[in-house]
Order: sequence, then C-alpha cells, then structure tokens
Amino acid sequence: MSKYSEILFRPVFKENPIALQMLGICSALAVTSKLYPTLIMCVALTVTVSLSNFFISMIRNITPSNIRIIVQMTIISSLVILVDQALKAYDYETSKTLSVFVGLIITNCIVMGRAEAFAMQNPPGVSFLDGFGNGLGYSVILIILGTIRELFGTGTILEYEIFPLVQNGGWYVPNNFFLLPPVSFILIGLIIWALRAWQKDQIEEPEFKMSQNSPELIPNPPPTPSSKATS
Amino acid sequence: MIENYLNIFINAIFIENLALSVFLGMCTFIAISKKIEAAIGLGIAVIVVLAITVPINNLIYNFILRDGALAWAGLSDVDLSFVGLISYIGVIAACVQILEMFLDKYVPVLYNALGIFLPLITVNCAILGASLFMVEKDLYFGESVAYGLGAGVGWALAITILAGIREKLKYSDMPEGLQGLGSTFIIVGLMSFGFMSFGGIIL
Repeated sequence: MSKYSEILFRPVFKENPIALQMLGICSALAVTSKLYPTLIMCVALTVTVSLSNFFISMIRNITPSNIRIIVQMTIISSLVILVDQALKAYDYETSKTLSVFVGLIITNCIVMGRAEAFAMQNPPGVSFLDGFGNGLGYSVILIILGTIRELFGTGTILEYEIFPLVQNGGWYVPNNFFLLPPVSFILIGLIIWALRAWQKDQIEEPEFKMSQNSPELIPNPPPTPSSKATS
Repeated sequence: MIENYLNIFINAIFIENLALSVFLGMCTFIAISKKIEAAIGLGIAVIVVLAITVPINNLIYNFILRDGALAWAGLSDVDLSFVGLISYIGVIAACVQILEMFLDKYVPVLYNALGIFLPLITVNCAILGASLFMVEKDLYFGESVAYGLGAGVGWALAITILAGIREKLKYSDMPEGLQGLGSTFIIVGLMSFGFMSFGGIIL
C-alpha cells in the first residue's frame, strides 16, 4: 500500500512536475488569471495524463521502439480531442476562455514525459496512479496561482466576493497588476523559492561561488558545475 | 498588399511574441537557455520548422478540414475540423522527420549544428500553438507564411535575449533557493513586462 501512495504523492511535493522537473510550464501561465478556468484545465490535464499513461502502458510490450513516439502521440491526441469535444459540448464559455490551450495539452511535456519515463516500463495500474499523481502535482501549483491571482486581482474567489470592493462600498481596490500574465512567472519563481526553502535537497548548485578576498580563507576548492536541472 | 504581410510579420515578432506574450514553448525555452550558442541553434531550428509547418497546416485546414472545404470533392456538407489537432501534430512530426533526413543528407554542417534540437521541436508547444493560432485568426495562405516566419523570429529573439541575461547572471550571488530555476522564472516575467510595452502599437 505504501508503495502505491508513494507513487501517487511523490510528484506532488518531492518531484513536482512544474517546480522541479520543468515540465508543462506553458499552460500554467496563460490560463491562471481566474480560478474557474484553472480548475477545468487541471481536470482536463489530469484525465489526459492518467488515461494516456494507462493506455500507453497497456500496449508497451507490443510497441516497436523506433516508432513509439508516433504511437504515443496518436494516443495522446485522440484523448485530447475527446476532452476538447466534451468541453465544447458541456461548457462552451470556458472552452472559449481556454482557447488553444486545451489543444496544447498534446504537446504538454508532462504527458509525453511521463509516458516515456514511466508508462513504458511499468504495468497499467501503477502507470495510471503515476499519471494521476503528476496531474495532482500540476494542479497544486495551478490552483495556488489561480487563487492568488483572482483574489488580489479582482477580490473574488470563484466569483464569490472575499474582499469587499470599493465600488460596492467596501475597502478593497482591485490590483489589476495580478491579472497580467507575466505575474504568474514571478509567482512561480517565488513558489519555487518557498518550496526549496522547505525541501533543501532541491537546491541547485551554483556554477560559480563568490570567493573570499584572500585565498587562504577558502576552505576547499569550489565544487564542479552540476547539471541537475537540465532534462 | 505588401503592407498587410509586413504588418502580420512585425505583429507576430513583437506584439504577439509566442514566448513572451502567449507563453508557448516554455519548457524548452527555460531548459535550453543556459548558453547563447545553443539558444541561437534552437532558435534557427524553430524559425525553419515554423516557416514550413504553418503554411502546410494552413493548406490542410483550408482545403480538407474546414466546414464545407471538401466541396471540390463533391462533399460540401462535411465538417472535419474536429480531427484538426491530430492532423496538425502529424504534419509537424512528419515535417520534422523529413527535415532531419534532408539536412543529414544534403547539409551536414547545419545538421550537426541543429542535431539534438530537431527531435525536441516536435513536442514544442510553440509549433503546434502557432498552427492553432493560425486557424483561430483565419489567415489565408500568403498571410500564414508571414505569420509562421514572424512567430519563429520572435521566439528565437526571445530565447537569445534570455540566454544572454542568464550567461551574465551566473556570476551573481543569489539566495540559495532562487539559484537556477527560480531566478529564471522571475527574469522571464520581467522580460515579458518589457515586451508588453509593444502592446499599444498599431501598425
């Protein structure tokens, strides 16, 4: 049991797809200005990555390795078309807001990355859990971003007023700065800082260290450059 | 006529920059921006692939997929636009593969320079994103050539600038937790604010 919960929850904090593995950043930025579309996006991605992991893992033993990328792409794009059509049928407004970003789940590196790194080596059930866990890790970051941006940008959460606005007789002046897309970059940077202050082993070694003025004060030679985060 | 194309070209480079205004291709954008040489190589590869795939996808959309486009084959009430996603990604994967084989055979110098970046490009969301924006903007063929080229140049420009900044920044003394990824995100955010200043320009 602990093995399964380990597979499910490790991607949430220890190996977060956005904050550590640098995967799936593209969509994290553009869709988070309001919480509701963010939640829809998280559900769409989690469904896609879990199911694609499941199906890719099912046929892993009969897929010739030199055409595996095309096979994976076909499975993933079929799933994304299903998600896209379902969204257009049941929630057309949100589908307009997300515009091309639902389609871009195909090239979202989390989906491809997990298929290559996990589903090709493991049985379907475990792969499904791994996909679900990575979807959750992605969702955690997106929901934090969406909450902060909507709360400070418009004073509401899911359209429900948290901070009483000035134009409704309250005290809060909405800070439109938070609705601008570049803010999500800066917020992700700060989230990574916070996460690494807590999980010290995620800190990257600097390529160069400041040295003291006099050479005899340096205790040992500077470490060799590491390439931990290039993947 | 020529003004219209120039307008779309400049617009795609600065105002709707793929990397810094709509945030596409971020994964490779951040992973491959440590060295200027690598960044320029990837940038050129993206320009080439975008300039080829966007016009091809435009033709496929206009003559096969769009609502009523199959009128020339006698099927005027067929709407195939729902299979758009899978056709675009297929075209992109095929183009990248053909380009790779072509370069390997005829231009080995360029192949060695671009080598590792070409396969990466298939899964770069900037490429698929540009095709999807092309469909959303409803461009016709000539315009899509200008758009594909402009989008590629814009992306290449952005990754080169970021690589330049990061090369300087590695000598600086930062808090431990911001080392590497954290600081890169914040720099990209600031660069993106810079590019927003192009926003009000009307050509």
